[in-house]
Amino acid sequence: MTAIAKKSRKGKYKLAKTGPLMMIALPGIIYLLINNYLPMFGVFLAFKDYSYMRGIFGSKWCGLDNFEFLFATKDAWIMTRNTLLYNAAFIVLGTVCSIFLAILIYELGEKRRVKIFQGSLMLPNLLSWVVVGFIVYAFLNADTGFVNNTILKATGGAPVSWYSTPGPWPWILILVYLWKFMGTNSIIYVSTIAGIDKSIFEAAQLDGASKWKQIMLITVPMLKSTVITLTLMSIGRIFYSDFGLFYQVPQNSGRLFDVTQTIDTYVYRGLMELNDVGMSAAAALYQSLVGFILVVAANALVRKIDSENALF
Amino acid sequence: MSQTKAIAYEKPSNDVRNFRVFASVVLTVITVLTLLPIVLIVIASFTDETTLLANGYSFFPAKLSTDAYYYMVRQSSTILRAYGITILVTAVGTLGSIVLTTAIAYPMSRRDFRYRGALSFFVFFTMLFNGGVVSAYIMWTRIFSIRDTLFALIIPNYLMGAFNIFLVRNYYENAIPTALIESAQIDGATELTVFFRIMLPLAVPTIATVALFTALAYWNDWTNGLYYITDTSLYGIQNLLIRIMNNIQFLKSSSNAALLGTQTVDLPGTSVRMALAVIGILPILIIFPFAQKYFVKGVVLGAVKG
Repeated sequence: MTAIAKKSRKGKYKLAKTGPLMMIALPGIIYLLINNYLPMFGVFLAFKDYSYMRGIFGSKWCGLDNFEFLFATKDAWIMTRNTLLYNAAFIVLGTVCSIFLAILIYELGEKRRVKIFQGSLMLPNLLSWVVVGFIVYAFLNADTGFVNNTILKATGGAPVSWYSTPGPWPWILILVYLWKFMGTNSIIYVSTIAGIDKSIFEAAQLDGASKWKQIMLITVPMLKSTVITLTLMSIGRIFYSDFGLFYQVPQNSGRLFDVTQTIDTYVYRGLMELNDVGMSAAAALYQSLVGFILVVAANALVRKIDSENALF
Repeated sequence: MSQTKAIAYEKPSNDVRNFRVFASVVLTVITVLTLLPIVLIVIASFTDETTLLANGYSFFPAKLSTDAYYYMVRQSSTILRAYGITILVTAVGTLGSIVLTTAIAYPMSRRDFRYRGALSFFVFFTMLFNGGVVSAYIMWTRIFSIRDTLFALIIPNYLMGAFNIFLVRNYYENAIPTALIESAQIDGATELTVFFRIMLPLAVPTIATVALFTALAYWNDWTNGLYYITDTSLYGIQNLLIRIMNNIQFLKSSSNAALLGTQTVDLPGTSVRMALAVIGILPILIIFPFAQKYFVKGVVLGAVKG
């Protein structure tokens, strides 16, 4: 009945459909409006001298003061440097390690073994940063930590007060990052390798190419476009850091801020610990704006090289 | 001629076998190294407290004990409460997320929907730009007064995300034939019926992936608690863990070291902390082997089309 009624009024065919479909989408639209879009308009807080007493609209405008203060401090330089350098290290080392793992996993051949190895290697990625913080603490705390009590004792090294010694932390954080994400990140490379035409390997084998040669001359070059795409996407996110890695793993230790402060931890500390909303908002907007430009630029590049994988 | 061919054929097959052995050995070493840190906290949770304090964390402790778990049972009200809150938040959040995500993805997948492009862009733009945590925090606390309510653990950030929406939309577009929807409509089904009776049941494989990622995100989340919860009775398991860690560090640095010294014997602090971390990851360890397939699928789909 309704179908006939709809057809007889052809002009309203589309409109009749728009209503119900809109209704179905509405709860989601409302959520995104509140959770994602409202805070976008809230970025004007960066231009205000925010006070909790006066509130959002009552606080006085202060132009670019927050930004001037922010970039006059050495914090701005430290957090930008740390965010960029850590991400660069993660991109390079993460890619190399993930590809290495993926080649090994693919060569296992047998499905059950692949599942066991892959599953175990993914496990760290399923743990929360809080639990990872506990695990790192079990290794590094000065009195009972595994490193001081077992490794350094066995090798005759002097105990180190890890949570107040900044020097080793870049290495610790990189190690924790690789430990947590390497297994999961290798999945995409395993699936890319699995997608390579088998006849290429067979032909190489007939020509007498060793396994090593096949990997270096076929597998690795075939991963090029995946590597480029994923790297560009990571570069698009290079202004963002994993808050948990830089906050929870170093146990928020003030002595380590020089090497653990990133834009995300700075914004958190400004907002929640120092109550400096204006400065924190300025840092957040700085991150959002540069991040936006980088995402769009990175995507434009992906689109040029490999339009299939572009976001838009 | 035939001889050289035979040799050429045999040599690589040896090579393949050698490489397979090499791969197995190297992977075994890497996997063991990856799992050892997790094993360490499990062993620590079963280590006698005085042994732990004297010798430190060890893979082969001198004395084992289940005191930490007994202590947790005796102190169960706080821990059970936190556990219950985490379970509740994870269940409600995941369910809500599935409904919202599949619902908004359905119109986006319909080629005859007038605002399809606009809606897709509306969703997509959230992946490009965000207002940052400062304005989000001010908004949630000042406008919605969400602080110290269960809503604070469920609603901000995790309820719905563009990534999952596109995952479901792509599935609708590629796996469910338009003819199915059309024929249902000819039979008089409304959009709501089509959504609930056709699109939702047929999307189960993708919903499983989305549900898995969402549930994991809720279970492991500690940031919403960090920002919005000050009332410790509303702490989930992750925030309880943070609080315990902070307390221990506070006690250590405070001048009450002497008092602490007398207390540590009957208060199995270190091993209890580790035991609590172990129960925090236990559900994940139990469920993961069965969910691995969906997890891998989600990672592959996500990396190809972020």
